[in-house]
Amino acid sequence: MNLFYLSPELSLVGVAIVVILLDLVVPNKTILAGVSLAGLSLPLAFSVALWGTNATTFNGMLTVDQFAILFKLLIVAIAALIILASVDYAGRFLAHHGEYYALILLAASGMMLMAATTEFITIYIALELSTLSLCALVCYRRDRPSSEAALKYLLLAVLSSAVLLYGMALIYGFTGTTSLVEIARNIGRNAIVLMGMVLLVAGFGFKIAAVPFQMWVPDVYEGAPTPITAYLSVASKAAGFAVVFRVFFTAFGSLDLAFDWALVFAILAAATMTLGNVAALTQTNIKRMLGYSSIANAGYLMVGLAAASALGRSSVVFFLAGYTLANLGAFIAIIAITNHIQSDRIDDFAGMSRRTPVLAAALAFCLISLIGLPPTVGFIAKVYIFSSAVAVGLTWLVLLAVVNSVISAYYYLRVVKVMYLSEPAEGPFPSSGALKVALAVSSLGVLVVGLLPYPLMRVAEVAAAGLLP
Amino acid sequence: MTVGLQHYLVLSAVLFSIGFYGAISKRNAVVILMSLEIMLNAVNITLVALSRYVTPVAMTGQVFAIFVMTVAAAEAALGLAIIIAIYRSRETVDVEKIDLMKW
Repeated sequence: MNLFYLSPELSLVGVAIVVILLDLVVPNKTILAGVSLAGLSLPLAFSVALWGTNATTFNGMLTVDQFAILFKLLIVAIAALIILASVDYAGRFLAHHGEYYALILLAASGMMLMAATTEFITIYIALELSTLSLCALVCYRRDRPSSEAALKYLLLAVLSSAVLLYGMALIYGFTGTTSLVEIARNIGRNAIVLMGMVLLVAGFGFKIAAVPFQMWVPDVYEGAPTPITAYLSVASKAAGFAVVFRVFFTAFGSLDLAFDWALVFAILAAATMTLGNVAALTQTNIKRMLGYSSIANAGYLMVGLAAASALGRSSVVFFLAGYTLANLGAFIAIIAITNHIQSDRIDDFAGMSRRTPVLAAALAFCLISLIGLPPTVGFIAKVYIFSSAVAVGLTWLVLLAVVNSVISAYYYLRVVKVMYLSEPAEGPFPSSGALKVALAVSSLGVLVVGLLPYPLMRVAEVAAAGLLP
Repeated sequence: MTVGLQHYLVLSAVLFSIGFYGAISKRNAVVILMSLEIMLNAVNITLVALSRYVTPVAMTGQVFAIFVMTVAAAEAALGLAIIIAIYRSRETVDVEKIDLMKW
């Protein structure tokens, strides 16, 4: 038992407690955001210090390898950007700032644990730690849409975790253990294991927003406070994929089983991206549209999962990093705009290129990355993930994914068209400094990684290679 | 007749199905929450029975069941808090009337 291996999560929980306590004595609530941001440097430093270790601790419950640490770094970065993006929003629309930032940090610690857990009980606890924190955050405005979204999120989350638990119980009953590594040793291919695997796919499918477990996404994305929508769309999905990778590659990695689940994920990928893209076409609310876009992106990510190879793994890690940059950038620009115009309707974005040229340009750039056009990271990520699928012979799936990317160009570019070609309703407006910093970081990330993808690709390869025990 | 592992597994499968049916067919949010608790408890029965029959020494399943109960309590608390927030804003907990956004 070595607490140093758990130090990123422990320090993050410590920071969250400090933020809640500071809330009681500090009159100026903006300080809390500063403390949370500064506090995030602790898990960042610990994660960097742990890079390169390859250890299992707490009786096999927790694994510290480069795969886990890369996801921890990603989630720390996401949490930092979300906190930056929240400062202005929280000041305008939210009460109880201390708990708000603390819940963001607690959700982050749960998601960091999700990437590192290698045992069913800890996977479940980490999953619920993040889900329950996020659910409280979804409800944070406590008005009608927000509480309705939170109710839908909670009920479906509990339903899916019950299904997940039943799957875990079946696998445990067959193998007599809850540790992923030992499951891999005891497992065979029979009805109980296959049914357990199907239940696990259903349970995790909710978390990563895969069809047919995606119905919560549009409503929750629309009703939640916008920074939390952004958080859900990137961090929750990244952590969900991390835990799916752990479970399916470590526990069910044997060849005959991998064939079964790779086929399931290929079919789910096809359904997920098609439904996400087609449903996004008719949306009038930008948060709802990005909700469907997030479903579609889960489909692209599952293409890499269906490849079930080392190349597939590293391409998914790279795609997640690129998707995070582009989607967060788009959401931060939307937060900056909607904070001022107080409307999520796409039509109300008319003439933003003249009202706020920088925000409009950044939003357009991030949307272009989400389509997957060069010179953005979205292009490289899609080429990478599709090539991994072609390498194992999933050409039909890649063709479908390319057709889907073309469909998606319509609804992303419609937003750009409204911003650049429609007449503005009112005059220009300024935006806050914290939002500008967050937007600059993510948009520059989209551009720089798009032009120089090799270093991040190398890191993704190292992380993906370190996954298997 | 002795009660064996199958009896517990069948009982928990039946309970899980009842809970699932309640969760997708009931309209009152509190009843849905109760159905979800039934599902979680069905899983607990499976876990404890498997623990007794499959790994009697390690007791992994029983530990798992205790964690599930703990998390279920947290979920119920959060769920009821959200239901109260909804009731305050619209005087109903009927999920078919909570339809501001399309389901």
